[in-house]
Amino acid sequence: MNFHPFILPFSLGAIVLFAIIIYKYVSWIKKLDRKQKYFVNKNMFTFKTIQATGEVIREALIHRNIYKKNPVLGYMHMSLAFGWFLLIVVGKTESSFYAGTFFEEPWLAIFFRYFAREPHEYFMATQFTFIMDFLLLVVLSGVLLAIIKRMRSKFMGMKKATKHSTFDRIALSALWWIFPLRLLAESTTAAITGNGGFLTGSLGNLMSGLPVQALELPLWWAYSTVLFAFFVALPFSRYMHIPTEVILIFLRKWGATAGEQYSGLSDIQINACSRCGICIDACQLNFAADINNVQSVYFIRDTRYHNLTDDIANNCLLCGRCTEACPVGIETTLIRQQMRNKAEIPGKHYYDYADVPDCNSKPEVVYFAGCMSHLTPSIIISMKKIFDAAGVKYWFMDEEKGLCCGRPMRQQGFVQQSKDLISKNMRMIHSSGAKVLVTSCPICYKSFRDEYVLEIPVLHHTEYIEKLIDSGKLELKNSGKSIVYHDPCELGRGCNVYDAPRAVLKEIGELRTSELEKENSLCCGGSLSNSVIDLATQTKIRDHGLEVLTASKPDILATACPLCKKSLVHGNKVIVKDIAEIVAVNIVNKKQPKKVQTAKNMNEFEVSYK
Amino acid sequence: MKNWGFKISKPRVLDFDTANLDAYNRLIEKVPSAHRCLMCGACTATCTANLHTTFNFRNCHLMFRRGQFEGLAEELDKCMLCGKCKLVCPRGVNTRAIIYNLRIVLSDLNYKKIEL
Repeated sequence: MNFHPFILPFSLGAIVLFAIIIYKYVSWIKKLDRKQKYFVNKNMFTFKTIQATGEVIREALIHRNIYKKNPVLGYMHMSLAFGWFLLIVVGKTESSFYAGTFFEEPWLAIFFRYFAREPHEYFMATQFTFIMDFLLLVVLSGVLLAIIKRMRSKFMGMKKATKHSTFDRIALSALWWIFPLRLLAESTTAAITGNGGFLTGSLGNLMSGLPVQALELPLWWAYSTVLFAFFVALPFSRYMHIPTEVILIFLRKWGATAGEQYSGLSDIQINACSRCGICIDACQLNFAADINNVQSVYFIRDTRYHNLTDDIANNCLLCGRCTEACPVGIETTLIRQQMRNKAEIPGKHYYDYADVPDCNSKPEVVYFAGCMSHLTPSIIISMKKIFDAAGVKYWFMDEEKGLCCGRPMRQQGFVQQSKDLISKNMRMIHSSGAKVLVTSCPICYKSFRDEYVLEIPVLHHTEYIEKLIDSGKLELKNSGKSIVYHDPCELGRGCNVYDAPRAVLKEIGELRTSELEKENSLCCGGSLSNSVIDLATQTKIRDHGLEVLTASKPDILATACPLCKKSLVHGNKVIVKDIAEIVAVNIVNKKQPKKVQTAKNMNEFEVSYK
Repeated sequence: MKNWGFKISKPRVLDFDTANLDAYNRLIEKVPSAHRCLMCGACTATCTANLHTTFNFRNCHLMFRRGQFEGLAEELDKCMLCGKCKLVCPRGVNTRAIIYNLRIVLSDLNYKKIEL
């Protein structure tokens, strides 16, 4: 039997590791909510499982997403993950050939060179030795890149690397030592027995002047001990992402989605975070406002170790840039939302005081301006003008006594209050019997789409205007102005509306692009979701955003959100207009529309806010 | 009794021996901009909840500053956190954060406890 006491630390570590992983898997799966369990059961034995396996190979082994982000960073992850995986698979095959059975001692593959001391006597021995040496070289190159990245993260296209906790550093050091020690141990054995390949053999020859007989066993012991240290640290460190990402990919493919309550899937997501720190570079609080302890990577770490503070959970714009950047696809903003959620008091109603009007007319369209639009009355006036010009019969739902849509409440975690507002608003919308609901505010729009149960379609005013143009009810003239469009977070990343506003703007002027657009667009800084930062910090975020947006010196900066407009206007850099306002002044009058009261100079682009 | 359309307010004498002024200092730590407030009332003038009821943020803030917590929690529950007050504030006070923090401080519920 191939046995030596130095295999004991490795074997013990491996047993502990597998026991903890199985325990964790079971406890997460138990915590999945009913809907998630239903989808898992439904799709487990379908084609989706095969698709998921393919994705596991692409993402967990080859790391295609990281490769797309930066090739060197991708190679580093691939060499470590895929290289080590192949080292295990090929090593196992080799040791099976050597032993002549598939059921040889499980540790034989790991310490193969020590036990297989006679060189090249089994099937394809030379080739196996070459492949194993080559794979070890690949993994070692990955380790070298990892060390370089620790020292100079800019080399891998990352401006900032994650600040790790002490425990993560221990696990990291153990991982870095595994492969150099393996190389040294195999080389000393090769120096003694001559069983090495092009790498270990050559290094063994170089070591011939050293007392290799005395060095051999200590090195194998060290290799085994480092493996033990890494295995035991793995489930409690960031390296838990290795076994967790696999299960996350399967669950996602099977159709499990995270709801607004914290569930087993959220547990899996926070454990699947590798703390790579790609979200740090995506975060505007980092690069525009120099706040460095609230990014998703730190938030998820704090959540996982149960020491999340209110200040970190609340210090986020919920703009969704980090979710877009995450190579693992963790729903960072959604988990933050789940962690903000507060307890509910059964049966309590908060807004019984609200006396909301029912609709008496029979409109085609319900128009909900939203609280923020009431602070930018020009948007409301423009929308009225557009409705009249298109000859649409509408009901302005919150003209006098409106309520909030409920989303700001929900963003702070007061779900019960939000539901209360939603039920009141829904009653109003249903009372109208209209065919479509139009809103001017992306925050309300997101709420209507995701949280309300409505029988009628909901459109943001940009989408609605696009429909009016397409159906010929609205004709616009080209003003010849150059326009840059700012994607509001909730409309773009939140609701995936990117094309409608651009299509409308192309009718009116020359649409220019900016550096960060669509999925990468910036937040204006005015986001309601952050209840920690003060006005000065918001101003920094806004000014940075304006810098990027106005790089091409457009005549007008267009946006589709009253809150974005309100924040950007105060930057005093460029004329900021909502799309509705731009449309309203460029309508071609087919028939004389009803006279609408407009504020002085409202029809002019040259309105200055200075 | 005949309803004359007005009522006699309760005398509101502040007793600084019993008033809890420390709570305001804790609020300032959380929301430093709170002390910039000059009680102009712009927040109340724009308030969405104020259209429907007598909810008055300026008054709530003032009462809290003076350490008068009676009935404040119920009053703050009327707010919808829509954030208009924050945008109109001429002094850049993060009024929305004040309400959020006051709710958590004043509520009987242990809001901070998050079930995992």
